[in-house]
Amino acid sequence: MVLVAAPVFNVQLLLDGLFIGATFALAAYGLALVWGVMNVKNLAQGDFVIMGGYIAWWLGTQGIHPLWGLPIAIVVMFAFGWGIYVTIIRRVIDKDLFTSLLATFGLAIVIAQLLNLMFGPEVQTAESDFAIRQILGVVTVAEIKVLAFVLCGILALAVVIFMKKSRMGQAIRATAQDPRAARVMGIDTDKVYAFTFSLNAAICGAAGALISMIWVIQPFYGISYSIRSFVIVTAAGFGNLPGVIMAGLGLGVMENYSGFVLGAEFQQATVVGLLLLVLIWRQVQQRKLRQVVS
Amino acid sequence: MNKNFSFKLHFPILVFGIAAPFLFPGLQLQIATLWVMVLFALTWDIMGGQMGYNSLGNIMFFGIGMYTSVLFQVGQFAEIGAYTAAHGGDDFTFTNAQYYQGLVIGIIMSGVVAAIAAAALGWTVFGLRGPYFAIGTLGMAIAAGELMGTWEWVGAGSGISVPVFPGSAEARSLLFYFLCFGAAVLTFVVLQWVYKTRFGLAVNAIRDDEEKAEAMGIHTVRYKTVAWAISAFFVGISGALFGNITGIIEPLEVAFPTVTFGIFMVAMTLLGGKGTLWGPVLGAVLFHTLKEVTWTYFLGWQWVALGVLIIINVVFFQQGIMGWLMEKFPEKFGIVVENKEATR
Amino acid sequence: MTNYVIEVEGVSKSFGGVVANKGISMKVPDGKITGLIGPNGSGKTTLFNSIVGYHPIDEGSIKFKGEEISKYRVPQIARLGLLRTFQQTRIYSNMNCIENMLISIPHRKMKFVDMFGEREAKETMEEVDRLLDFVGLYEKRKLRSGDLSFGQQKLLEFAMALMNKPEVLLLDEPTAGINPTLINGLIDRLRRANEEFGITLFVIEHNMRVIMNMAENIYCLAHGEMLAHGNPEEIQNDQSVIDAYLGAH
Ligand SMILES: Nc1ncnc2c1ncn2[C@@H]1O[C@H](COP(=O)(O)OP(=O)(O)OP(=O)(O)O)[C@@H](O)[C@H]1O
Ligand SMILES: [Mg+2]
Repeated sequence: MVLVAAPVFNVQLLLDGLFIGATFALAAYGLALVWGVMNVKNLAQGDFVIMGGYIAWWLGTQGIHPLWGLPIAIVVMFAFGWGIYVTIIRRVIDKDLFTSLLATFGLAIVIAQLLNLMFGPEVQTAESDFAIRQILGVVTVAEIKVLAFVLCGILALAVVIFMKKSRMGQAIRATAQDPRAARVMGIDTDKVYAFTFSLNAAICGAAGALISMIWVIQPFYGISYSIRSFVIVTAAGFGNLPGVIMAGLGLGVMENYSGFVLGAEFQQATVVGLLLLVLIWRQVQQRKLRQVVS
Repeated sequence: MNKNFSFKLHFPILVFGIAAPFLFPGLQLQIATLWVMVLFALTWDIMGGQMGYNSLGNIMFFGIGMYTSVLFQVGQFAEIGAYTAAHGGDDFTFTNAQYYQGLVIGIIMSGVVAAIAAAALGWTVFGLRGPYFAIGTLGMAIAAGELMGTWEWVGAGSGISVPVFPGSAEARSLLFYFLCFGAAVLTFVVLQWVYKTRFGLAVNAIRDDEEKAEAMGIHTVRYKTVAWAISAFFVGISGALFGNITGIIEPLEVAFPTVTFGIFMVAMTLLGGKGTLWGPVLGAVLFHTLKEVTWTYFLGWQWVALGVLIIINVVFFQQGIMGWLMEKFPEKFGIVVENKEATR
Repeated sequence: MTNYVIEVEGVSKSFGGVVANKGISMKVPDGKITGLIGPNGSGKTTLFNSIVGYHPIDEGSIKFKGEEISKYRVPQIARLGLLRTFQQTRIYSNMNCIENMLISIPHRKMKFVDMFGEREAKETMEEVDRLLDFVGLYEKRKLRSGDLSFGQQKLLEFAMALMNKPEVLLLDEPTAGINPTLINGLIDRLRRANEEFGITLFVIEHNMRVIMNMAENIYCLAHGEMLAHGNPEEIQNDQSVIDAYLGAH
C-alpha cells in the first residue's frame, strides 16, 4: 500500500480531509441550528451550500475576486433564506416532520435545476490565484485551503459569539428551549424562526463560497452536502458544537481516505454508507433504552 | 368508501386499459408508463399513507427488481460476466423459448427478491421513526445505485442490456403494455383485499400510534415487515417490466432514479390523497397526464416546475384530493352518528 | 390461599439522578381489584411502565403468573394477557371507534396467516357493539375517534382494553378528566368488568372516594418507596399516608 510505503501521503490525505471537513462542519452547524431551534430537517441544506458556491464562482467569472464572494454570498443567502422562510417554511413548521422534509426536498430540486439551467451541468472551481506550497517534500498545501480553514473557524466563532451575546441570539436560544414560554416572555418567535433559517442559509452560503475555491461545485452536488450535514448532526447531536466540529473534520478525513483507497467513485457511497451506519448506531442506542428480546 | 362507487370505476378503467393500446397506438408507451405510475403510487401508499412510514427510498426495489430480472433472464442461459463484458453483443442470442422462460422467471423473481430485500432491510430501518426513516431509506436508495455503478459483474456504470425481444416491435410494445397494465391491476386488487383484512387495521393502528399498538400486543414488527415486502414485491415487478421496456439498464438514471420516479411516487400519492385506496390512483393519473401534456411546453423548465408542484402540494394541499373530499363530504364516507334504534 | 398474578420483588428504577422507584415489593391478587395511590411524582406510572416492559428496570424481579417478565418487551407482555391503559389517553385517532375496537382483539394466538384474517367476523362485531354499548359510545361508533371528547376517548380506551380480553388490566387514572356524574357509571363498569369478565384490575387513582370504594387492597407510594399497604380502612387511618399527602409538595 502506498499509504504504508510513503507515510507522507497520510499527511496529505489528512490535511486535505481536514480542510474540506471544516466546510462540512460549518454547513452542518447551520443544519443543527434549524433542527434544534425550529425542528426543521432541511433537505435543501446542500443546495444552499452549492448556491453560495455559484455566487462566488460567478463573481469570479465577472472579474471580481471570489474571496469577495464570501461576504456577498452571506448577504445574498441570508436574504434568500428569509424569502424561503416566508413563502414555504413558515407554512410547514407546525405540520408533521415529513412535510417539512418533503417541502425542502422539493426546494432542493428547484434550486439544483435552476442552477443547472443558469450555469450548465459542468463542474466548476472558482479561481482564487493563491500559491500552492510544498511541505515535507511531496505534500502540497494550497494557501487558499489554509485561508478557508481559518475563515471557517472565524465564521463559526462569530456565530457562537452572536448566539451568546446578542439579543437575537438569546431570543433564539430561549425559543429553542421552549417556544411557548418564549412567546409568553414577549419574544416574536416567528421572527426568531425567520432569522434562524436565514442565518442557516447565510452559513451555508459561506461554506459554499469557500468550497467553490478549494474544491469543485456542480448543480447536482447539493444532495451530497445535505446528506453530509445529516450524518454529522445525527452523529454529534444538535446541541453539541464541539461534536459537530469533530464529526465534520472526521467526515472530511474519512471521505478523503476512502476516495484514495477505494477509488473516487466510492466517495458518494462512502457518505451514504456513513449515514446508514450513523442511523443504525442510533437505533442500537435507542434499543438499549428498551428491554432486549430475550 | 362506498362500494357502488368503487365498482362503477372498476369497469370503465378495465375497459379503457384493454382498449387503450388499440385506440391510441401512438401513446402505448406513455399509457404503459401511466400504469407503472399507478403501481408506484399504490405501493408507496402502503407504507407512507396507510402505515405512516414515509419512505423516500422505495425506488430502490425498482432497481433491485430490474437487475434481478435481467440477471435471471440472462443468467439461466449464459455467463453474466461474459455477457456484460460483451455488452450483450451478438455472441449472445436467445431462442424464443429461452426468452420467454427467462422473462417469466425474471419477472417473478424480481418481485420475490425485492420483497426479501425489503424484509431484510426492514430490520435495519424500522427502528427509525419519522424523518429518520425517510432519510435512512433515501440513503439506502442512493447507496444501492452507487454500489451497482461500481459492480463490474453487472456492467458497472455502463449498465447491462436486456435480451432482445424475438418478435416485431409492435408485438413487443403490446406485450409489455399489457404486462404493465396487468401488474397495476394486480397491485390494486391485492391491496384492495389486504386493506379489508386485519392487515389494513393493523397498519393504520401503527400509523396512528405505534406505541399503543405495541402495548395492545399487535405484532408490529411482523406487520411492518410484511407491509414493506408487499410494497417491494410489486415495485420489483414494475422494475423488471420497465427494464425490459427500456432495453438497457444503467444504474443511476434507469434503475435507481431517486429524484425522478422515486419522488414522483410520493408526489402522486400526496396529490391524490394518502391513506386511501383510490387517492394514489387518482394522483398518478392526474400527475402523469399533466406531466405528459405539459412537459414539452416548459422548454427545459419542467424539472423546476415539478419541484414547485411538490412544494405547493405539500405546503397548501396536504390532504390531497381524496382527503379534501372526505373533509367536505364526511357523510359520503360513512362518518355519521347513528343512533341505536335506527340500526337495530 | 390467594393466588397472586403479579409479584413485584425489590424493583428499583431511576432516571439519571431521579430515583423514581426504590426497592418496591408488592403483589396483585388474582381476580380482585387492587389500588395504587400516592402523591404526584411518587412513581406510580413508573411502576406500571416497569411491569409492562416499557423500560428496563435497574434491579428486582417482576413475575406474571409465576413467569419472570422483567426482561420481556412490551408486545410480548401484552400478549401474555397483561394490558395497560395510558395516563395520557392513547387511541388510534384517525380510525373510527369500530376500527379501534376491531384491532384491539387479543393477539395472543395470532399466527402469521391471521394477519390477513377476516376482521369483521360476526362474533367479533357483536362483541364490538356490545362493548361500545357498555361504555355508551354506540351512537358515535362511526366517528373518527380523534374527534371524540377527552372523556369519551378514555371510555373508548377502556372498551378497547376489554376487547383484548386481558387477564390483568392496569389502569392509569381511569377517572381523571371524567365528569363526576359519569364517574359513578365508570366505577360500576370497572366493577362489572372485574366481576362479569373476571379481569383482575390494578388501578392507579387520585380520587380517594373512587379507590376506597372499589379496591379491596391498596398500596401507597411516596417518594418512590412503598409506604403502606392494606385494606381501604387501614390506609385511610394510616398516619404515614396522611402525612405523605399533606406533606406532598
Ligand atoms: N422517562 C422519564 N425520564 C425522566 N424522569 C422520569 C421519567 N418518567 C418519570 N420520571 C420521573 O420519575 C418520577 C416519578 O414519575 P411518575 O410518572 O412515575 O409519577 P406518578 O406517581 O405517576 O405521578 P402522577 O400522579 O403525577 O401521574 C418523577 O419525578 C418524574 O419526573
Ligand atoms: Mg402517573
